[in-house]
Amino acid sequence: MTPPAARPLAIDATALTRRFGSFTAVDAITFHVRPGEVFGFLGANGAGKTTAMRMLIGLLTPTEGEATVAGWSVATESEQIRRNIGYMSQKFSLYDDLTVGENVELYGGIYGLTDAEIRDRRSALLARLGLATHERSFVKSLPLGWKQQLAFSVALLHRPKIVFLDEPTGGVDPITRRKFWEMIYETAAGGTAVLVTTHYLDEAEYCDRLSIMVDGRIAAMGTPDDVKRAAGVASLDELFLRLTRPGAVEPAA
Amino acid sequence: MNHQADGGASNPASGPASGGAAALAAPPDTVRAANLTKRFGDVVALDRVSFDVRAGELFGFIGPDGAGKTTLFRLLVSLFTPDEGESRVLGLDPVKDLWELRRRVGYMPGRFSLYPDLSVHENLAFYASVFGTTVEREMATIAPIYHQLAPFAGRRAAALSGGMKQKLALCCALVHAPEILFLDEPTTGVDAVSRKEFWDLLARLRAGGLTIVVSTPYMDEASRCDRVALMQHGRILRIDRPAAVTAAYPRPLLAVTGADRLGMLAALRAHPHAASVWPFGASLHFTDDRAGADPASLAGELAAWLRERRLPAEVRPIEATIEDAFMYDMVDADQPA
Amino acid sequence: MSPVRPPLAGAFSAFRGFVVKEVRHILRDWQTLLILIGMPVAQVLLFGYAVRSDVRGVKLAIVEPQPDAATQSLRARFEGATGTFTLVKVVRNVAELDTDFRSGDVRQAIVLPTDFAGRLGRDERVPVQVVTDGADPNTGGIMEADALAVLRQWHVAREAGTPGAQGVRIDVETRMRFNPTLESVNLFVPGLIAYVLTIVSALMTAITIVREKELGTMEMLLVSPLRPRQIVIGKVAPYVLLGFLDVVLVLGASQVIFHVPLRGNVPLLLAESTLYTLTALSMGIVISTAASTQRVAMMAALAGTMLPTMLISGFIFPIAALPWPLRVLSNVVPARWFIIIVRGIMLKGAGLADLWRETLILAGITTALIAVGIRRLAVRLTG
Repeated sequence: MTPPAARPLAIDATALTRRFGSFTAVDAITFHVRPGEVFGFLGANGAGKTTAMRMLIGLLTPTEGEATVAGWSVATESEQIRRNIGYMSQKFSLYDDLTVGENVELYGGIYGLTDAEIRDRRSALLARLGLATHERSFVKSLPLGWKQQLAFSVALLHRPKIVFLDEPTGGVDPITRRKFWEMIYETAAGGTAVLVTTHYLDEAEYCDRLSIMVDGRIAAMGTPDDVKRAAGVASLDELFLRLTRPGAVEPAA
Repeated sequence: MNHQADGGASNPASGPASGGAAALAAPPDTVRAANLTKRFGDVVALDRVSFDVRAGELFGFIGPDGAGKTTLFRLLVSLFTPDEGESRVLGLDPVKDLWELRRRVGYMPGRFSLYPDLSVHENLAFYASVFGTTVEREMATIAPIYHQLAPFAGRRAAALSGGMKQKLALCCALVHAPEILFLDEPTTGVDAVSRKEFWDLLARLRAGGLTIVVSTPYMDEASRCDRVALMQHGRILRIDRPAAVTAAYPRPLLAVTGADRLGMLAALRAHPHAASVWPFGASLHFTDDRAGADPASLAGELAAWLRERRLPAEVRPIEATIEDAFMYDMVDADQPA
Repeated sequence: MSPVRPPLAGAFSAFRGFVVKEVRHILRDWQTLLILIGMPVAQVLLFGYAVRSDVRGVKLAIVEPQPDAATQSLRARFEGATGTFTLVKVVRNVAELDTDFRSGDVRQAIVLPTDFAGRLGRDERVPVQVVTDGADPNTGGIMEADALAVLRQWHVAREAGTPGAQGVRIDVETRMRFNPTLESVNLFVPGLIAYVLTIVSALMTAITIVREKELGTMEMLLVSPLRPRQIVIGKVAPYVLLGFLDVVLVLGASQVIFHVPLRGNVPLLLAESTLYTLTALSMGIVISTAASTQRVAMMAALAGTMLPTMLISGFIFPIAALPWPLRVLSNVVPARWFIIIVRGIMLKGAGLADLWRETLILAGITTALIAVGIRRLAVRLTG
């Protein structure tokens, strides 16, 4: 097996930039994500996170700069990227009016798996999640936590090298949130890189490394401990406040 | 089971509310609910919910999606009618007195509900006019929020950032100087700093005497409320002041911080006295099942136990947070496995 | 604390604020605006040019049993009208044109009598026949009118040069071949006006309420003092102006392109058209209160207004020719009554005294639709 250092980076972005007319949404960001790493991609609303993500998953072409995802170029090979990554967001994951089983089959087909592969992975997935008895239930009727876990598993159906999770735990109860993160760790342990965005700063602590975007640029990057130490703060809350609202008066501890 | 506790003022007995109208006859500036139940087909969205909100209180409903918060709010502002149970808002019955009620409450729905193609000022002016007033006339009420929106007064609502949208929605709910505010998940999907600013605004409004009822899935926001109701699956788990909720945590709670978090997690879960072990940001929260034991000595014991397993860690006793309390009270997690 | 406000002032302020908001939505949505103003004009142009396509270079034949100076002069006149007519044949006998008419090689024939010049000189009444191919009712009327015009012009010019002229001495008899009960374009255009107004108006309002439901803004609207009647009327009101604009455009286009006579009272026509626009807007509102998504609303608007207006309002097919269940149904199709009104005003110069019944029916339908819309607009969320 190739040693970790020699394996290609899951994400390798250099001076990635995106402009809309005169407005620069993403301003020359440079970062990388290694295979099997859990990378937290943070930032305030409007900081450019969403635009950056859309470039990385092949939905938007960069104005300048370059990035490769799982080895493919975002500028020229977006088709391959889209077929070889996993993606899960709150707004779009599963089809509410299809059953659990139908969703798995649908995505299996979309990802280009053979019938045999779909069959095997489907039973494995349902068993792992404990949803075997709910195979014929409509996704609409599942509680949110079940839906999110199912969506995550479906995003991994084709065993991608990297999976993008866009606020996967919003609104979910605290125990399910943590179980979800256990799934993330399992996935990462299997060699899949995970790029996750979240508004829960305690979840940011669960990441191997993270970056915080402010006004289109990366204002801080590193392990959670590194970034806290570099800014001389005790918590990510404070760091976040300091970066997104420079000059704000911090409340007395 | 419905836990209701409180700092001393009278409150309805826990369990089914006694009587109907009599229990609900209340001073006009509160909210009272008794046995509210609402079903959608087979799903029971609200299951015998009872509570009260006092004048000038900042009251929070804390719970994940599916807890029934939005259904409850819609019931209280007269958008739904309950299948069972009754409520009074400002002394009015949302079922019968809906028009009177609608004049006097401010409501911010769970999803962004303003007009994307109208500007900040136009949205405000519209809602002001709908209530028979103008933005200028009510400026005193909305000033602290409007101050933050003013630079964007001409911008279309669709072009605002998430945090600004929420502030605008709050402003629109407030622009007719209501006597009580219902804010349904006003901070969902918004970054942590904007959330904090939003709650600062709420604190200011409350300081001015306004009664505010908020719902949120973010447990950390509970501490900013006067009283909170923890909700899950359509039921109220507990109602109390945040400090009382956390003080009522029944078992010793320790925070464990160390280098090998995953290793520690696995090890601690195998600990003979582990009631629960969960990651909480940078540390792990270890709940010991020996209720009543001295937390400080337990901490030392645990640190040693971990050191034996080559997992050096710092262990200290901590106060429970609302999230700890919620996780303790939760009936079952929303997950099949 | 909000002071108690007098209810009426509050209600009016709310209503006015609501109308202001609606106007803003309309003006901001320039794409829809383009369609709403452009579409009626486009429709009229489309129909119009489809209608007019054949009415240039009409293949004309002249039947001259006895050529003389007058027939030559008339023939020259028609030959000169090269844009409108193309003289393809001159024959002695109209029977010779049978095959040509049938095959379409000749669309129109001017049949002159024997001793044309002589009879004109003797001040006798001279019979001239204009035979037109009426198979296409759209073009038949225009061709006939054009031929008559040329004839008249020739006659006037001729008389002008003759001292002591006595006025019209040419008896023109027109015959519509193949379609004696001609539904001429004059009858078609009023129907077209109704059709265009119906679709555009219904579409405008059909989506407006549903859009609020889809956006989520309906939830905020409901928790306010706005009553359903204020919402419904507030949503219809701004579109009346837009509808009026459409009316003017469509009427103008029909005048310029079709030269449809406007014998009656123009203000009355505008007023009735505005009433009808209101009717169609109300149809849209009722659809909007019932539909769950904008897409459904648009389909329902198109199907529920376009089909009845096309088929059973008397627009294309005469009502008398419909089977009786459809004839009964056509009584509730507002377009049917409006077409009667427009034809009456435009073609017969009828006034309100003649059309009060139809006007009242339209007004009644409108009121009923608005009432239904208000009742259907739920004051709470369903579910």
